[in-house]
Amino acid sequence: MEPIIVFENVHFNYPGDEKESLHGIDLSVTRGSFVAVLGQNGSGKSTLAKHMNAILVPNEGRVLVDGIDTADESSVLDVRRRVGMVFQNPDNQIVANVVEDDVAFAPENLGVEPKEIRRRVNAALRLVGMYEHRMHAPHLLSGGQKQRVAIAGVIAMEPEIIVLDEPTAMLDPQGRREVVDTAFSLCRGKGMTVVLITHHMEECIDADRVLILSEGRLTADGRPEEIFADKALLEREGLEQPETARLLRELREAGMKFPGEALKIDDCANRIAQALQAEERSRSSWQKSSPKS
Amino acid sequence: MLRDVTLGQYFPGNTVVHRLDPRTKILLVVIYIVALFQAQSWIGYGLVTLVTLVCMALSKIKPSSMFKGVKPMLFIIVLTALLNIFYTEGTPVRPGWIITWEGIARAVQMMLRIILLISGTFLLTYTTSPIALTDGLEILLSPLKKLKVPVHEMTMMMSMALRFIPTLIAETDKIMSAQKARGADFETGSLIQRAKALLPILVPLFVSAFKRADELAVAMESRCYHGGEGRTRMKQLVMRPRDYIALVLGLLFLAAMIVLKRVGL
Ligand SMILES: Nc1ncnc2c1ncn2[C@@H]1O[C@H](COP(=O)(O)OP(=O)(O)O)[C@@H](O)[C@H]1O
Ligand SMILES: [Mg+2]
Repeated sequence: MEPIIVFENVHFNYPGDEKESLHGIDLSVTRGSFVAVLGQNGSGKSTLAKHMNAILVPNEGRVLVDGIDTADESSVLDVRRRVGMVFQNPDNQIVANVVEDDVAFAPENLGVEPKEIRRRVNAALRLVGMYEHRMHAPHLLSGGQKQRVAIAGVIAMEPEIIVLDEPTAMLDPQGRREVVDTAFSLCRGKGMTVVLITHHMEECIDADRVLILSEGRLTADGRPEEIFADKALLEREGLEQPETARLLRELREAGMKFPGEALKIDDCANRIAQALQAEERSRSSWQKSSPKS
Repeated sequence: MLRDVTLGQYFPGNTVVHRLDPRTKILLVVIYIVALFQAQSWIGYGLVTLVTLVCMALSKIKPSSMFKGVKPMLFIIVLTALLNIFYTEGTPVRPGWIITWEGIARAVQMMLRIILLISGTFLLTYTTSPIALTDGLEILLSPLKKLKVPVHEMTMMMSMALRFIPTLIAETDKIMSAQKARGADFETGSLIQRAKALLPILVPLFVSAFKRADELAVAMESRCYHGGEGRTRMKQLVMRPRDYIALVLGLLFLAAMIVLKRVGL
């Protein structure tokens, strides 16, 4: 599969910091995939994200976005228009007093024709379901709506990759679902590559790949089923198992038998139902041989 | 309480005044201010007041929102009025008083002048979205770019300031409530005590403002912001017939004011 973001032995430390924030990262993200990044506070997740659109460049090693070296100053805009970034605090990334003006900001910076900007703004707002709110003042929207406006603001650049750095950290459960659903629909529906940095395990369940970052190193990399089944790894990284995985594990410890893992709520429910039916069957077949009570 | 501050606030609407090109409105405000300073007599002030009231009616801005804009300036207005009452020579209101008829007249005119000045400029910010306002300003000032004046940067800073006023006001409110909950007292005590009580508000406010500025800069860069060079606009500004009509009316108003001044009215 074709990689779209490549990290080669990336080292980085902030000026004046004695400790390195990224400590030899090797990573390759496949085009069109959904990658979730987990890690404790201060593990270097935001630093990693900022390397993906040349906000930061490595002290050592290199980062390639769609084949472009981010350290090449003359192609900074080429990198940034390919990688849309959404940050944690919606209030600090919305630049205009009207929703549609904010969404227009990036294409305006890129010198796109006014008519084309209008088309992109409308398309982006429809995609995130905020078209009806295009004339609203952003500061009067809910947190989830603000983040969707921020996502529309980067979609209007028509990027190939969207990096979301803890976009749900300041949101209520409703807002969190809106944002995560939007991110997944961009990947599954529009074929965009999505990198989602998060603290919430449930948000990673449908990802193609989960990375765990710890003190500037990648300490785990695998499919969500693998990562979340590994209780020792999660404990070591200070992460919790998703509710579904925990439920299955506890039932298993209580003596029920399940084949494999199931992280999605539907799958999990199906597994439990199957296990219950199987148990019922074995019990009723056992009961047939004994007189009915 | 702080939420009531209307400085730089925009009330969306669809009146003629709202639909005028921002450049027209900026020029009209300049014309208006020059005209206002021509007023010397009751007739002059009466004419300016009339024009202001007509514009307010056309823009459907409620007088109460207008008053909210003027309120923060009340102290200065009253002070100016008092100074004028007491320091103008003329015929005393009663023999032996230092208050003179001329003083009262000057005081009222000064108050009118300040109130009209504020109302006129607020009419601009109330009816023009900040983006349109700064876009208009940038285009009007663009000849200065040849003199190496950083016009784009200045107007960008202005639009960011306008964008963050509501956010910072909400934040100040939040911090004040938090400090009040801990027993802070902003309303009583001597002036110095009250100023001291404000310190625990200003410090967190500044810290968070700098953090915001930092994050905003990263977010803007991420969205390919690289100064004004090569930037386009989604909303192109177009001068329509109504803009030219409005400008002509504005100039006529200015001419009338100058004539009034010349004939000593
Ligand atoms: N602007 C900065 N200047 C100096 N050090 C920083 C800066 N930003 C982050 N760091 C440090 O880099 C490390 C990684 O931070 P960060 O990437 O923000 O982690 P995360 O996003 O996972 O919480 C932390 O030790 C943090 O203290
Ligand atoms: Mg972070």
